Amino acid sequence: MLLKDEVEMLRRITLFSGLPPAKLKLLAFTSDRVMYSAGEDLFHQGDIGDAAYVILSGKADVLVSTPTGQVKVAEVEQNSIVGEIAILCNTPRTATIKTITPLEALRIRKDDFLKLLADFPDMAVEIMRVLADRLSQTTSELTEARSRAQRVEA
Amino acid sequence: MEPRLSRYIWTHTRTAQLWILLVVALSMIPYFMSFDLPKQIVNGPIQGQGFETPGATKLFMPISFSLPFFGEVNLFSGIELGRQGMLLALSLVFLLLVIINGLFKFYINTYKGRLGERLLRRIRFELVDRVLRFPPHHLKRVKPAEIATMIKDEVEPMGGFTGDAFVQPALLGGQALTALIFILIQSFWLGIIAFVIVAVQAIIIPRMRRRLLVLGRERQLTARELSGRVSEIVDGIGTIRGHDTSNYERADIAARLGRIFKIRYDLYQWKFLVKFLNNFLAQVTPFLFYSIGGYFALQGRLDIGQLVAVIGAYKDLPGPLKELIDWDQARQDVQVKYTQVVEQFSVEPLIDPKVQEVSVASPPALSGALAAVNLTIADDGGAKLIEHVSFQVRPGETVAITGGTGGGGEVLAEAFGRLTWPASGRIVIGDEDIHELPEAVIGRRVSYASSEVYTFQGGLGDNLLYGLKHAPLTEVIYEGDKAAHRRWELLEAKIAGNPSFDLNSDWIDYGAAGATGPEDLFGKIRAVLDVVLLTNDISALAVRSTINPVEHEAFANEIVEMRAALRRRLEAEKLSDLVVFFEPGSYNIEATVGENLLFGTVTDRARWETALENHPFFKTVLRQAGLHETFYGMGLEIAENVVELFRDLPPDHPFFQQLTFMTSEEIPAYEALLQKLRGRPLDEVSEEDAIRIIRLCFGYIEPRHRFGLLTEDLMQKIVEARREFSEGLPADLVGIIEHYQPNRYMASASILDNVLFGRIGHKHTDGSDKIRAIVRDLFESLGLYNKVLAFGLDFDVGAGGKRLTTGQRQKLNLARALIRLSDFYIVNQPLLALDQRTQDQITRNVFAFLHDENRNPAIVWVLSNPALSELFDRVVHFENGRLVHEETVETPSKDSDYKEMAS
Repeated sequence: MLLKDEVEMLRRITLFSGLPPAKLKLLAFTSDRVMYSAGEDLFHQGDIGDAAYVILSGKADVLVSTPTGQVKVAEVEQNSIVGEIAILCNTPRTATIKTITPLEALRIRKDDFLKLLADFPDMAVEIMRVLADRLSQTTSELTEARSRAQRVEA
Repeated sequence: MEPRLSRYIWTHTRTAQLWILLVVALSMIPYFMSFDLPKQIVNGPIQGQGFETPGATKLFMPISFSLPFFGEVNLFSGIELGRQGMLLALSLVFLLLVIINGLFKFYINTYKGRLGERLLRRIRFELVDRVLRFPPHHLKRVKPAEIATMIKDEVEPMGGFTGDAFVQPALLGGQALTALIFILIQSFWLGIIAFVIVAVQAIIIPRMRRRLLVLGRERQLTARELSGRVSEIVDGIGTIRGHDTSNYERADIAARLGRIFKIRYDLYQWKFLVKFLNNFLAQVTPFLFYSIGGYFALQGRLDIGQLVAVIGAYKDLPGPLKELIDWDQARQDVQVKYTQVVEQFSVEPLIDPKVQEVSVASPPALSGALAAVNLTIADDGGAKLIEHVSFQVRPGETVAITGGTGGGGEVLAEAFGRLTWPASGRIVIGDEDIHELPEAVIGRRVSYASSEVYTFQGGLGDNLLYGLKHAPLTEVIYEGDKAAHRRWELLEAKIAGNPSFDLNSDWIDYGAAGATGPEDLFGKIRAVLDVVLLTNDISALAVRSTINPVEHEAFANEIVEMRAALRRRLEAEKLSDLVVFFEPGSYNIEATVGENLLFGTVTDRARWETALENHPFFKTVLRQAGLHETFYGMGLEIAENVVELFRDLPPDHPFFQQLTFMTSEEIPAYEALLQKLRGRPLDEVSEEDAIRIIRLCFGYIEPRHRFGLLTEDLMQKIVEARREFSEGLPADLVGIIEHYQPNRYMASASILDNVLFGRIGHKHTDGSDKIRAIVRDLFESLGLYNKVLAFGLDFDVGAGGKRLTTGQRQKLNLARALIRLSDFYIVNQPLLALDQRTQDQITRNVFAFLHDENRNPAIVWVLSNPALSELFDRVVHFENGRLVHEETVETPSKDSDYKEMAS
């Protein structure tokens, strides 16, 4: 896959869709193309985050460890970005990403990513919007889970 | 320290000063004689005194004097000489005196210089010695740079002054006095005139100079203020314009410039007034001599020879006088500096020198308990960090301290580590205060490690063993010149009050690391590195370093042999695509086009660049291979891409680090070049421009840059051109390229590259980690791993350990504390830069390590993760600077996490 194909892929991700093509090309150029076979970890929960990943092809599980073991909370596939939370707020990884098929991704290093955010405020706003979306989704899921728990107790 | 510089100098250099004074006094004799001689020459042979009759002779140099009770003693009756002979003889004596005077001056100056340097060495050492004994709270207040400048720069003039402190006034005063006395002897009145004028000069000039000093200081101050104001204007330009206050600023600046002008003008006036007066006084005396002396001579009360001698002697008077005045100024200046330095270094309470005395014998194990007794520790502002803590650690006990930041546990640990001193209460071992115990005991039997790390510049191994270097343990035997040099070193050190410890001695206390000597120390090092999980880091550093294959021939050969082993291993593990090997007959897709073309690496970048531009060889080979036009097209494509990508970025943007084709400064040039070349065929392009485009190709790696420029056909052509490059290389380019040869070690490549003999593929995200793990494994199985680690221990960590990551520094610091066998290990959250998993693992490793081989030291560990407290005998919890509760850990229970959460 060539640089220009990667740019096409990036454009399809909501987070980057608003960026001018030249910047997307720069983002792709500064990132590494990486490949994983099935069953490999992109990163591990609790590690310090140093990069975000844009999945170009393949699928992976989002796993969270709990006292009872690892629980799958979501699945990610082509055209999604993972790992951006840890590099945004300097927290350890909140989940483990494990591939379920061979996977190809663009690895965006933390410093480059933050630099891009600083250079392009539009992108920062977009990130905020995506994160807020996710938060509201999580909140509604939590509410639902609580009410279900209450019903069980009752 | 002695507050007055002159007394300090006198105390330490008394005998030398007296000796040099004596020499100066002796030097006065030939000096005086050289005054008298011109008179004798002029009056005698030149004017003919005593040679009135032709053929008359006189005695040359009769030495006779009369002693009381003895009468006349005649040592040398003299040589009889005629007028011309006498002239020659006297002139030769004059020359001799000139030489003797010069030699005296040479000796005195050298001696003074040496005296000054010795005192400088003494002051500097004394100051550093004081720094080593400063109390901790003082060290928090002072700026290291200031201390360093004081020791380096500010004391420097004191050394220069030392030699002159007593000699200069004696010498110059002596010279001035000699000249004056001489004049007095020749003619009383002329002498009195000279004396009065000298007195006026000596009194008035220094006073006027003092005013110059004041003005100079004012000038400096106002200039400093002006620059401050100007930068304020620049910073606040928006505010100034916004409020229409620019004219207020103009007024302010004009006023300041006016003041500076006045000061500077005053300064000029004074300076030239002083100069004028000084010159006038110096010149007016000869006027008096000519007029009054001439009058005396006319009257016959003074002969002409005397007058010439007086005027000659007077020429030597203003010189010494001026220097004397300068000396006084220097004295005041140096005294002020000295006082400032002494004030900075007079800190109470300094650590008693006895506490830090060097001790070669290893101290006995500590049998008493380490205890804080009613301990209170305050910060600089007096706020109490821990209060009334009483707490005991028995030998062999393991204690966890919990409570997090602000709890006070880390403050207690710092106090145990003697980094802070108690405000009240005591810290004892047995019943002795740890601040009174010699450091030779406490610094060897108690180990402290925290996350605040200091790594000294030098090798990684040196830093690791730093905690073992307490005393010079071996006596180095020197021979021949070296022995003489060592004797000289010892003598000079003694004279300057420096210690005579030999830095070349083996300072490493092997016994303290549990080793018997240098041979089995490596085992201990390896063990400690494994405990703190630093081994991999070090081997990674090692394999990235280059070695000299001539020096380490056996090792280099083994590395070359490893290449085949690595291939087999990769094939066995189905990881063959991890590394793309260099094959003479095929294109290496992960290497640059340049590497593929040359099939080697460039060893001398600068020579390579010029050769590429000027040497016809490259052009011819490229043309022959049919690559010239292709490369030009490819270079254009690269240039277009790069310019498009990086055009808008500011030159210091971090993305430029990933740009390998050109530097950020070259982008505009290439942009212009592209405009010029676009749409023009190659044969219309100048040679120079073509090369600038073609050279871009050499750095291109398809999988990394992904511009889509390499075709099968092109790769084939490049491989074919390889042979031309290696075989046809002209003689003047030999050595510029190191060719890849499957059976030779490449000196310019790192150890890892030599093992790989290829490039790691870009596809695997952790390809280099995987490869490193495999290579490490291979090293282990071939028994080479320790050799590689040894290279890693030579790695220079840089100033302050900057070439290591924070995590590596913290690991190294912990390892440094662990390698020494101690009775107490105080560990204060030592690995904060690492993630929790690694911290936990290292903590467990350390426990296992310290209890290995039936050792049972006490461990006090300030935990950042309370979950680990199950490892310990006892858990002590701090909150708000107080010990809240302690409990004995009975059995490690699974629900300890919940207990911690509840508490």
